[in-house]
Amino acid sequence: MSKKSFRQAINEALAQEMERDPRVVIMGEDIAGGLGAPGEDDAWGGVLGVTKGLMGKFGRERVLDTPITESGFIGAAAGAALRGLRPVAELMFVDFMGVCFDQIFNQAAKFRYMFGGKATTPLVIRTMFGAGFRAASQHSQCLYPIFTHIPGLKVVIPSSPYEAKGLLIQAIRDDDPVVFFEHKVMYDVEEEVPDEPYAIPFGEARFVREGEDVTIVAFGRMVTMASQAAEALAKEGVSCSVIDPRTTSPLDLPSILESVRETGRLVLVDEASPRCNLATDISAQVAEQAFDALKAPIRMVSPPHTPVPFAPALEDEFVPNAEKIAAAVRATMRAPSKQAAE
Amino acid sequence: MAAILPLTMPKFGLAMTEGMVAAWQKQPGETIRQGEEIADIETSKITSAYESPVSGKLRRQVLEAGMMAPVGALIGVVADDAVPDADIDAFVADFQSRFAASQAEAGAAAAGPERVETAQGTAQVLAAGPAEAPVILFIHGFGGDLNNWMFLQPALAERFRTIALDLPGHGGSTKQVSAPDAAGLAGFVLAAMDALGISAAHLVGHSMGGAVALAMAEASAERVLSLSLISPAGLGPEINRGYIEGFIEARRGKHLTPLLQSLFADPTLVGQDMVETVLRYKRLDGVEAALRAIASAQFPDGRQAASLRAVLDTPRTPAQVIWGRRDAIIPAAHAENLPAHVRVTLFDEAGHMAQMERPADTAERIASLAGGGI
Repeated sequence: MSKKSFRQAINEALAQEMERDPRVVIMGEDIAGGLGAPGEDDAWGGVLGVTKGLMGKFGRERVLDTPITESGFIGAAAGAALRGLRPVAELMFVDFMGVCFDQIFNQAAKFRYMFGGKATTPLVIRTMFGAGFRAASQHSQCLYPIFTHIPGLKVVIPSSPYEAKGLLIQAIRDDDPVVFFEHKVMYDVEEEVPDEPYAIPFGEARFVREGEDVTIVAFGRMVTMASQAAEALAKEGVSCSVIDPRTTSPLDLPSILESVRETGRLVLVDEASPRCNLATDISAQVAEQAFDALKAPIRMVSPPHTPVPFAPALEDEFVPNAEKIAAAVRATMRAPSKQAAE
Repeated sequence: MAAILPLTMPKFGLAMTEGMVAAWQKQPGETIRQGEEIADIETSKITSAYESPVSGKLRRQVLEAGMMAPVGALIGVVADDAVPDADIDAFVADFQSRFAASQAEAGAAAAGPERVETAQGTAQVLAAGPAEAPVILFIHGFGGDLNNWMFLQPALAERFRTIALDLPGHGGSTKQVSAPDAAGLAGFVLAAMDALGISAAHLVGHSMGGAVALAMAEASAERVLSLSLISPAGLGPEINRGYIEGFIEARRGKHLTPLLQSLFADPTLVGQDMVETVLRYKRLDGVEAALRAIASAQFPDGRQAASLRAVLDTPRTPAQVIWGRRDAIIPAAHAENLPAHVRVTLFDEAGHMAQMERPADTAERIASLAGGGI
């Protein structure tokens, strides 16, 4: 066990699964780098260096630099998965996913169903998402709600280095297509990560913190923000549960409902655009199934419905943070409970 | 001038670097006696009572309940009424500045666990104490690891070369368990002793580790200097089947927490981090298969497969049994009707984990059997 960054945890998960299973191959733009050019082989390791070193260990036959055509190599990865490989494709920024929606939505996601369960598609698409990187509106979105919407896809958002390694190993071992979201601001976050391989099952939420007054559900980088808010609120005497669902599809709704039945208050934190995101989805499901348990209106903390701004001051204001989450929690605490009203 | 005595953050185990005062049991102005519980200290793993090292009047709670501080930091001040408040203020200020300086200097971290290659695969061990001293070897139980000894290993390491080891399928040792019965695990521990150059050792075995220690004495009596068995397996047929099966099955905190709580007489000792640590261990590749193999070899159908009671019949190896009367995993009744030469200690307020619930008393008995006090 030693401290590893989010980036190292992902690299280690890829290396250990490639070691364990010769069917695992990785592909993407400059994931090795240097191909066909003078100078260093394995020069890049992807745009932020996550896959660096893997070409040296596993060779160009299993670490494939692809042309800059997402529709081409995502389609190739889906076909390879169908034929028995276990490809992990890196699609640099999720913002570019639009050019290969057909390969993902209408092909990879549908194979198992359309072939009557006789085909599996063990494909992983790793992709970067999220604001706060000064990368402007075409490289900063949180598009996981779009993928969560499609039956047949699994969607994973790791919230820490430990989570990233275990969830990526599970993604590679899973027989269905998985879209794996890596928040680009988190690559240098460090924590203790076991050296040995381990898998974290999908559809099982993590209780980051258990409290009695308010349930906070947050995804990816927002889990850290929610924990900071809970820490600050504890000093004010407000005790919060923080739940990290880990995967948005499948979603561990039972754990969320169970917590809401204990606390009676729910704050949903989602860095995605506010319309049709995970916060609105969970809000609707909790309202439908546990309305009687709610002591106050559900609160949602999301950015405004605009493109991610490039101006640093505006971007900082745009992204949800611990103060905004704490303010939402305080608002649910102020709302008159039904008992008080009666 | 009357003495001013500091109360500092205790160190529960080699891995502890900081702790939180979960609650003060004594208020300023109250008289405290040495050995009396004055505060609950919470670490990332466990909450434990802090017994006062001194007697006197508690004058100051320096660390408020709910606050974290590093090991050795000032948490309170004891002094009699004659000492003016100003002197205590000066004492606190002086202590804090010296402590801050020493913290800055002490970059050298305590040695952590290391991995040793043995003839039967990788063994993770945590060693502490003088290299030339007699060896005490700790063997944990089913699903445990070398951290189970964290409360008593430091005390014993003052006079002994102490080595806590992870059994195969556990902690940081190999997850390949070729021979999952007690004799097979005993072979692994003997191989680890070979790799560490240890010819003979005082063995301390907990639960299944007790059966492993007994099997070592059976196979290689000359390598066993003494046997201290804490709630050991191997002395009777009963074992809590629900615990064994539940532990293997549990994948979530809410399923694992009540099981871990059942190990202790006081369930509030189990913290969320202890649960998370065990869950993380259980997720490692190979662990579930290893636990299943061990359970089916040693506890088939919820009964202990082998009795090793006969090992204790001959008095050639000094032996003792230590048990918590409230053990919910292996009944303390298994300590009855042992040969007269076997010392028996029963603790009223302890469950299956006497080494964590009564660490000082347990360490004292281990040291006494191994030769001398601590």
